[in-house]
Amino acid sequence: MAKEDTPLDQEVFDSTLEAELAKGIDRRVAEGRARSAAVRAFRAANPEEAAKHEAAGGAPAAAAAAGGNGGAAAAPAAAAAAAAPAGAVATGGAPVAVAASVTTPVREAPLPTGNLPTPKKGADDKHRLLALVPPEGIQRVDREQGDRVNVWPHLLIEEFVAMFILLAALTVFSTFINAPLRELANPNLTPNPSKAPWYFLGLQELLRYFHPMVAGITIPTFILIGLMAVPYVDRNPSNKPGDRKIAITMFTILFMFGGILTIIGSFFRGPGYNWVWPWAQGVFFEL
Amino acid sequence: MKLKPPSPGDLGERLRETEVWKSIFRPGSIFRKGYKDTSRDRALATMNNVLYHLHPVKVKRHGLKLTYTFCLGGLSFFLFVLLTITGIFLMFFYRPTADIGGAQAFQDMQLIRTSVFFGDLVRNLHRWGAHLMVFSVTLHMARVFYTGAYKPPREFNWVVGVILLFLTLGLSFTGYLLPWDQLAIWAVTVGTSLAGYSPLIAKQANFLLLGGVVVGPETLLRWYTLHVIALPFVLVIFLAVHFWRIRKDGGISGPL
Repeated sequence: MAKEDTPLDQEVFDSTLEAELAKGIDRRVAEGRARSAAVRAFRAANPEEAAKHEAAGGAPAAAAAAGGNGGAAAAPAAAAAAAAPAGAVATGGAPVAVAASVTTPVREAPLPTGNLPTPKKGADDKHRLLALVPPEGIQRVDREQGDRVNVWPHLLIEEFVAMFILLAALTVFSTFINAPLRELANPNLTPNPSKAPWYFLGLQELLRYFHPMVAGITIPTFILIGLMAVPYVDRNPSNKPGDRKIAITMFTILFMFGGILTIIGSFFRGPGYNWVWPWAQGVFFEL
Repeated sequence: MKLKPPSPGDLGERLRETEVWKSIFRPGSIFRKGYKDTSRDRALATMNNVLYHLHPVKVKRHGLKLTYTFCLGGLSFFLFVLLTITGIFLMFFYRPTADIGGAQAFQDMQLIRTSVFFGDLVRNLHRWGAHLMVFSVTLHMARVFYTGAYKPPREFNWVVGVILLFLTLGLSFTGYLLPWDQLAIWAVTVGTSLAGYSPLIAKQANFLLLGGVVVGPETLLRWYTLHVIALPFVLVIFLAVHFWRIRKDGGISGPL
């Protein structure tokens, strides 16, 4: 039912509005309150007409439940509700304070029948399924809106540029510098020195100091498990560098340690895997 | 009546109006007629593209900052794609056999360098790209650590990332043997000799890795299979989980 169609008592409306505005209340709020008082006053004065009007208009479910079930049930309550504002207006007091204290009729929704409603003839061939889902059944995504930008073009342009720079650099490098290919493999001729690929040279370097089982098994296993455990060990929720001094220091030391061992194994080890100075005896390193 | 030949611009315009063109390029494609630089078309450009929709429509602005990610994760992925493409090219010319007296693998390597069109360049790209990928994945891990990006809810994605790092090392190491030159077999001999020290299962571990007691033709076939299909297959699965979890865990971490 359109708002404008609802019959109301214009006199109550005007006086309530005036009273509300006099109290310095915002005009829109005041109009709403005045309107509500005026409608109730009208219903109290003309119960039959109000009931008829609502039935004719196909009133919304909850509001109509009171009116539609028969004016008999609704009328006393409405009358009681309206009596107060009407009286208040008559005495020139504060009508809204009284109106607010009056209990409005309890809204009742029709009981669920368990039957699907039959669609009206000529209605669209669509229906809506509604279900109640317990809150724990929903995956809650806490996503702050924040300051976001479109991936296209901002991020994708950046990625394309990075990609093309890398591709260009790698192509130029590959054009001028050939990957090594030595003579045919010969199991009977051990080159001196024999080195593992560069990313294992840190471990090979450790072989100089530890038993092979420690250098080859224990430490790599420790690195693997240790790295995987990082997020479960470091429970500090902050990602601010200032709050993570211990974590950052430890990681940096270990990372540098691995890097230095790799560099030593790569460039400072020569024939017999003995120490060499790369600027004096040369580099014994191949990628 | 004189017919004027259509200019190339007209032809392009008419081509973009054809049903075939419109069926290929979905709304939001910059190649589709009527693309406007509006918020809506920018969103559609990401959503309606099979590659771009790895990304969400919007990302946090600070994630664009080069010094936050250094593009390391994306570049690692790009290197993986590049290595796949160059690797497929090399597979056309390479046989992983090294029987006594034959050493087909090594001969094929020489032929790739000397006889195959662009063979040398592609092989160089593959080799240098592989080293670079080990490097970039390692640096990516360091970046993620320093920005605290492994913290809840991203703990598991860090674990997936560590697995990816070790798979990358495995891929690089298995590929190292394939040229079948002195550098290859001795590096692998040194690298795998460590497995012989594992407790209890030393012999079995070594045998499983090498397909024998020393690096030989069986090792080559075994590592070739690992290198070209087994490890990439596993890596792609973890890569999918890795990318999917980035989205599910709320996009890029931070800001700091």
